[in-house]
Amino acid sequence: MLKEIIARLKQGHQTIDFPGQEPSLPERFRGIPAIDRSKCPQGCRDCVEACPTDAIGHGPNGVRVDLGRCLFCVECVQACPQNAIVYTKNFRMAARQRNDLFTADATITRAKALDEKCRRLFGRSLKLRQVSAGGCNACEQDVNVLNTVVFDLGRFGIQFVASPRHADGLLITGPVTESMRSALKKTYDAVPSPKIVIAVGACAISGGPYAGYPHVHNGADSMLPVDLYIPGCPPHPLTILDGLLGLLGKLPTPFKIPPPPITGD
Amino acid sequence: MRLRNAQCISRADITAFPIDDFRSHIVKAVNQGARIAAFFCHDGLLIAVLARDEEGILETISSRANAAYASITPDCPQAHWFEREIYEQSGVKPEGHPNLNPIRSGQSEFFRVDGEEVHEVAVGPVHAGIIEPGHFRFQCHGENVLHLEIALGYQHRGVEAALVGGPDKRAIHLMETLAGDTTIGHATAYAQIIEALSPARLSARAMVVRGIALELERLANHTGDLGALANDVGYLPTGAYCGRVRGDFLNMTALICGSRFGRGLVRPGGAGFDIDASLVDELSDRLDLAFRDLAGAADLLWNSASVMARFENVGTLSLETALKLGIVGPAARACGIERDVRHDFANGVFGFSQIPISTAPSGDAFARAFVRWLEIQRSAAFIREQLEHLPIGSIGSQVHALAPDSFCVSLVEGWRGEICHAALTDSSGRFAQYKIIDPSFHNWFALAMAMRNQQISDFPLCNKSFNLSYCGHDL
Repeated sequence: MLKEIIARLKQGHQTIDFPGQEPSLPERFRGIPAIDRSKCPQGCRDCVEACPTDAIGHGPNGVRVDLGRCLFCVECVQACPQNAIVYTKNFRMAARQRNDLFTADATITRAKALDEKCRRLFGRSLKLRQVSAGGCNACEQDVNVLNTVVFDLGRFGIQFVASPRHADGLLITGPVTESMRSALKKTYDAVPSPKIVIAVGACAISGGPYAGYPHVHNGADSMLPVDLYIPGCPPHPLTILDGLLGLLGKLPTPFKIPPPPITGD
Repeated sequence: MRLRNAQCISRADITAFPIDDFRSHIVKAVNQGARIAAFFCHDGLLIAVLARDEEGILETISSRANAAYASITPDCPQAHWFEREIYEQSGVKPEGHPNLNPIRSGQSEFFRVDGEEVHEVAVGPVHAGIIEPGHFRFQCHGENVLHLEIALGYQHRGVEAALVGGPDKRAIHLMETLAGDTTIGHATAYAQIIEALSPARLSARAMVVRGIALELERLANHTGDLGALANDVGYLPTGAYCGRVRGDFLNMTALICGSRFGRGLVRPGGAGFDIDASLVDELSDRLDLAFRDLAGAADLLWNSASVMARFENVGTLSLETALKLGIVGPAARACGIERDVRHDFANGVFGFSQIPISTAPSGDAFARAFVRWLEIQRSAAFIREQLEHLPIGSIGSQVHALAPDSFCVSLVEGWRGEICHAALTDSSGRFAQYKIIDPSFHNWFALAMAMRNQQISDFPLCNKSFNLSYCGHDL
């Protein structure tokens, strides 16, 4: 026992002060990309064609990124002849509506909190059942990380539970493979209402790198109503945590303005 | 045809045998110590890749198969998963195979033990924790597991089919997500294929950056496994500390490339990101700090009698079974088998700087945990050394169009074990077939064997001690 106590003292306190303080992210972190549309040459489609998941396209005001499809890779950054695309450190990108995930300026309409009734029900205790419905297990791992001492998810009243019948909602990862479709539906049906559905990662939002393949269903909202979309491939644990806290109305307001773009090489 | 790791040969050079000779050649080679690294069917042509670990040589042979052939499995158990896959993917039937249930497209029939007081436990595909889907069917007598059958395929995304006709712009991203926790391992195996078929010459610096990335991936995952094993026997201090230190290693990878899983770090022709001078110091400092804390956490684990009592003699796999099944990675080394691609088929930086093979003899959950700890120490020492002697030069080189009508096998020692990719190109230099064998493909059945005559309550511990990939298997 003495050894354990000494080890405990040596390991020290490791829990980060989030959302109290802005977390430090690596210099090369790839948060929401920013596109300087003023630099786009007439008719240029280099970024659009380079994107492996068709996440970049032309919106009403020019080129824009669909964060729900984006793998946060560097293909578009490297393809752009004008160096007009840079990754910012903005990791806050969870949204309530699928359409809110389109952006060009590194900001999005962020997730609003649940309505008052749901907040009263879930705000102080949210139990989630995670369902892995295809994918590569990276999203699962960065969801799991929230249970480590670094993020200590339990202090926010959020907990992952073993049974859907004990859960207030589902957190879904993966594109929904054909073989997981019925298991996902059964799990959803087993969660008592009212219930929420959270789609984590490019796969669960759009099919990710597997979008359009015959064995997958291009995301959770192909079969279930999704209340929160958390983009990324995989999303950083802070992106997931920020999304969950935003949904429960537990983020301090006003939000801090994200720092200016600094990466892009 | 004998070939080296990541060597490009002409498809015409693959030695063709009549089916009977093909069969006896494989059985004889395996009896003499070779392993089946890959075995698949392309357009009616059976192709096998045999790995001769001691010589560091691969051998590839082929045979034209009609609708059916005499299964190799009865004489060579390590062929059994491959033959199930061949039947499922191509319809060519290995006759006399004991179990031709599909491995990916949904298994509905299960082996069943009958008898008084025998009962069946079915688990999954949705499990209790935040893990991937799979189905486990136990035949139990009381607490005792007589037999475990593992049904997979719930993660099947159709990656191999999507790669035919490629590589296209999604290919590298599919590689990085074959198994998300093995992004570097699979991306490296793919990059080696492209570099061999192109051909492209890798700079020394790119090799070192990729080697560091591969060992960081091993550090993070092995550390996570030690923590999870500690948690599974209720020893929370090591569980908590390892969970945190695992993140420290992932964050080191993010320091290099921005992604905790190494997305974008390995690219055909080299590396996508460089480790510049300021990063060297930062990485070295972080490595020392993380390793110090990890050593403390591991020390607690090995010195807890209650933990050792739970790890030892649980889920024991005999050396004989391990050899018969042709398993790979830490699970094989924990049975005393000296098998490691970094040593036997050294490629890239491992050709210059070898990491000694870590083994343990007992084949139980303890051995699988302890081999991880040995490897953690080796990997940390390797990274330290490489950071001190980063070669100068660029990190990328030009990749060209792929050679037509060619064949290449690429092996990488991922943290779970041998990753094998095999590519066949067509007459225009596109992938005619791209075969992926994650280490889990070899090892899932070993978990089933390790569970025989164990308590069912030890399954989580046994399962974690192998920690196999569902998505890497299902593709």
